[in-house]
Formats: sequence, C-alpha cells, structure tokens
Amino acid sequence: MCGIAGLIHRGKSSNVGSELQGMLQALKHRGEDSTGYALYGDTDGKNFIMRFKVGENVGEGSSSVMEDVSVYDERKKIVDQTLSEMGAKVVKEERTLPYSLRYEIDYDTKDLLDFSQRIESIPGVEILSMGKSLEVIKDLGNAKMVCDRYSLDKVVGTHAIGHARMATESGVDIKSAHPFWGYPFSDVSVVHNGQLTNYWNNRRVLENKGMRFMSECDSELIAVYIAEKMRHGATLEEGMKESLIGLDGVFTYFVATKDSLGMAKDTMAAKPLVLYESDDLVAMGSEEIAIRSVLPQEIDTYDPFDGEVKVWQI
Amino acid sequence: MANLKTVSKKSKAQSMGMHTEVLTGRTQQKFFNPDEAENFYYFGTYDVDFNKRTELDVKNMTAPEANKEIDNLMSQGYGTIVIKNPQGKHSLGVGILNKLNLIFEGSLGYFGMGSCDGPIVRINGRVGWSCAENLMAGKVVIEKNAGSCFGAAIRGGDLICKGSVGARTGIDMKGGTIIIGGDAGAFTGFMMQRGRIIILGDVGINLGDSMYDGTIFVGGEIGSYGSDAVDSELTSSDQDWLKRKLKVAEIGENFDVSKMKKIVAGKKLWNYDNLEPTEKKGAI
Repeated sequence: MCGIAGLIHRGKSSNVGSELQGMLQALKHRGEDSTGYALYGDTDGKNFIMRFKVGENVGEGSSSVMEDVSVYDERKKIVDQTLSEMGAKVVKEERTLPYSLRYEIDYDTKDLLDFSQRIESIPGVEILSMGKSLEVIKDLGNAKMVCDRYSLDKVVGTHAIGHARMATESGVDIKSAHPFWGYPFSDVSVVHNGQLTNYWNNRRVLENKGMRFMSECDSELIAVYIAEKMRHGATLEEGMKESLIGLDGVFTYFVATKDSLGMAKDTMAAKPLVLYESDDLVAMGSEEIAIRSVLPQEIDTYDPFDGEVKVWQI
Repeated sequence: MANLKTVSKKSKAQSMGMHTEVLTGRTQQKFFNPDEAENFYYFGTYDVDFNKRTELDVKNMTAPEANKEIDNLMSQGYGTIVIKNPQGKHSLGVGILNKLNLIFEGSLGYFGMGSCDGPIVRINGRVGWSCAENLMAGKVVIEKNAGSCFGAAIRGGDLICKGSVGARTGIDMKGGTIIIGGDAGAFTGFMMQRGRIIILGDVGINLGDSMYDGTIFVGGEIGSYGSDAVDSELTSSDQDWLKRKLKVAEIGENFDVSKMKKIVAGKKLWNYDNLEPTEKKGAI
C-alpha cells in the first residue's frame, strides 16, 4: 500500500524533521517495512552533503546479505581514498550506524555523474543522496524508529518528503526503500505510492542512455526518468508532465529539488492524495491524518484530480 | 418426501421445497406476520428522540471507541449527536442503522459513514475516500470537498457534497442520488447500475464508463465519455425533478437545470439474453 507525505514552508524554515516524522508516523498503517526521509535542511550551501551506505540492513525477501562490520570499515577506507584521489576534502564525518555515513565534502564540481560513478564503483557502496541541502535517510522500521535512530527530529529546513513502505515488488532493505535520489542531480529526490507496469521497458531504455539503477524497486524509475529528462534540459515540471505519458501504471509521486516541491497523479487517479495549500505552507499526504499531525485545526483540503501536476517554490 | 413418480407436477415441486408460480403469499405470511412484532425488530436500532441532544469529543478516541460511544448514546435515546474533533479519523459513523441526526464538527478520513441505513448526517468539513459506501437510506451532506470513490455502491438515500469530489464517484452504485456542487474527477459513475448522479460543475474523463443503467446529469464540461455512456434528451420531468432535488439538497437552487446534459447507458455492452442456462445449452 505505502504512504507518502511532504510539506514545504514558503518564506521560512521550520522543524521539518519532526514535522515529517509526525506525518509519516500517522501513515504507519500503510506500511512500516521501511521509512525514508528526504530533508532539505538549512545549510550555508558551500559544501556537498553525501549520505551513503557501505552495507545493508536486511529484512524479509531481500536479495542482499548481512555482512561483518569489518567489511563496512574496509569499504569506508576505499571511499575515503577515492575522495582524496578526486580532490574532495571531507570537512565533517558522521557514522550514525556501522553501515550508514554522512560526509560534508568540500568539492568543486557541477557534474556529479563522474563523482557518483567512481564512488559507487566500490562494491557495496551506494550514495543515498548528494546535494548542498538534501539529505536522504532511510532504514527499516516505522517513522519514529528511523527518526530516533538517526536523530532527525531536530533538523530545521524549508521542505521535506517521506515514505512509509509496505514492500510488495522487491525485498525489505535500504536499497529498495524510498526516497530515491535523482541521480546524478544535486538535491533531487522522489517518493512514490503505486505500481509502474512498464518498469523494465523504461529501465532498459534508460540504462542504454547511461542512467544507473541501484535496486529492483519500480519507484526508482521515476527518479531516473525525471533526472534523464532534466539532463536534456527539461524543467522539473516539464519532466513530471512527460512522466504521465511515459510511465504506465497507477501512481502518485512527489519530487523535491533544492527550492521546490512537486506532485503528480496518474491519469486514472488510482492512488490517493490529500492536499492542503496556503500562502506559507503546503502539506500533502496519502491520507488527511498525515496533514492533521502538523495542522490539527480545521482546514480546507482537497484531492488533486487525475493527471494533475503541481509544483511549489519555497 | 412423497413418491415423486406418482405425484402431480405442482405437488412434486412443493415436495421438493421449490416455488410454484402460484403466488399465495406463503413467504410473507410465514416471515412477515404483523402479529409477530419481533419480526419488525431491526438489529442494532433504538428508539431515539431527536430533541434529545448531546456532544461527543472524539479527539482522544480511536474510531471503534467513537463508534461504540455513538451506539451507546443512541441506546440512551439521544437522537441528535454532535461529534467534536473528528480530525480526519477513518471509519467514523459506520454501520448506523437508525434514524439519527448526526453532526460532525470537522473532517472525516476514509470510509466515513459507511454501510449506514437511515441517519441524517451533516459533516462540516471534508471527507476522505469511500464516504458513505453502501449507504442504504438517509441523507449525508458534506460541506467541503470529498475524496475518491464517493458514494461507492450506494443502494439508496441522498449523498450531497457541496464542494468537489475525486475520481470514481458513484462507482457501482445501485440506487439513491449523489449530488455534487463542484467538479468531479475521472470515471464518475463507473459501472453504475442504478440511481442518479448530479454534478453541477465539470467532470473528468471516462464519465459513466461501462454503466449498466442509471442517469448522470452534468452542468459543466465533460472531459470525455466512457465506454457505452451516451447522451439522452433532458425532458421537462427531468428538469422538474432536478429543481426539486437541488432545492431539498440546499445546493444550486438557482442553477439553470435546462442547460444540463443527461447521460445514460447505451446498453450496447449488455451481453445478456433471455435464455436460461439450460435453454442456452440446448440452443447451442
């Protein structure tokens, strides 16, 4: 089933980590195999923030295997060495869990493709997100468990999207969890509720164009699909509108960039979405109770119609 | 059982417990004898007084707790119940088989007022997916917007949304009336089998797709017609009925119903014939 939630504060920052935790926890009955956050925090914008993993947290049906911490340590060393070779300086390093790391990197580039390819050429290493504001944090368990594990409730920022997952088409592990980074674009993330029925056709086409897939989760296709459109000059909104034709199946998804948040709904409106929109806040989720966790007072909400695409700026 | 080889055709059918074409009212006499008062008892119903009013704050209740408390209040004779702080909870007010004035001061989540038979409900907020699913009788009024599958499979009653509704409104409906003050989404009236839908605003793609029967009236633009949905003539009696219905619904009283479009089933998708299975076998 899965549940998605997102919010964007316009003209101000707020405690988006805590707010998104409340929204996703309200949706935990839609799935708590894994939960993921894409948080756009307040930063000085100088350094890249790279969230990456050097191993898996393995649940039911996963094709991955649990490994010894010494393997993670070895992979981390190779990552450090590779960064050094590329001239990227690690300014700050956090290792929340043995397999999950956060680096602040002083690195001057506009093309993250080469950078990402080199890091991910290290076996067992996956970049969860790369950007100057975006941080993708995802792991097994419900929203509160993941929030507590990674201390996300203090994160202050402008906008965020998240996902509560009930695993259906791929196993329970971090690589299949949402959100997905819009590789190789800085600060682009995607969450999705639904099923894509032309996943393999699109995947083969996109892989032939040099795009990369890290999981077998159909939702990853949306991130890659839109990233590929943007690579060829499309705006976020144009890419999303094209996806309504190019992607087959039932879906509601959110895309976020450094300064915007968008939603798209398939042409059959088969997946739910409730939306609240005001001058200073947009909040949306699979169910109204998600919005109620941040706006308990009586508010006006609505369901976007079939084939609708909307994008908001901070 | 009697020897079936020797009895008449009528007696043979009766001996086997089958009906005959002689409609003697035997079933009614047996099961609906007016002298047997208990046969009129409808499980889960109470004698309530509409002038007996109370409030129920469900802020800290789960949906089952809130629904049990509504039932408890009805058993005490309360005929008007005001629900405070529903806060988008799912499945509130389901399974009420009673005459009751029920007022929600706020919004409901999914499946609100499902499987009800008789209550008069006013929701001063919005509702999520599948509001009033399987409604048998009564009236449900929503002051704001509604989600998808609004009035799915309703059998009777009036379901009114003063705002806009999502996709698949009136899907599989078998009776009753759905009235929408604003716009409606895709697949409105999908596979509807009976009943009427009135939309004063625009409606999305595939209107009335695969509808078996029933009628849809649209005041605004139609995205596209679904399979086997066709236009029909809007008669003067249709217009009279629409005016009456909109007045009672307290919605669009001044709406010019003469310009509305009437959509019905073309019945080209019907694949029925009048042969029984055994006859069909013989014919083949």
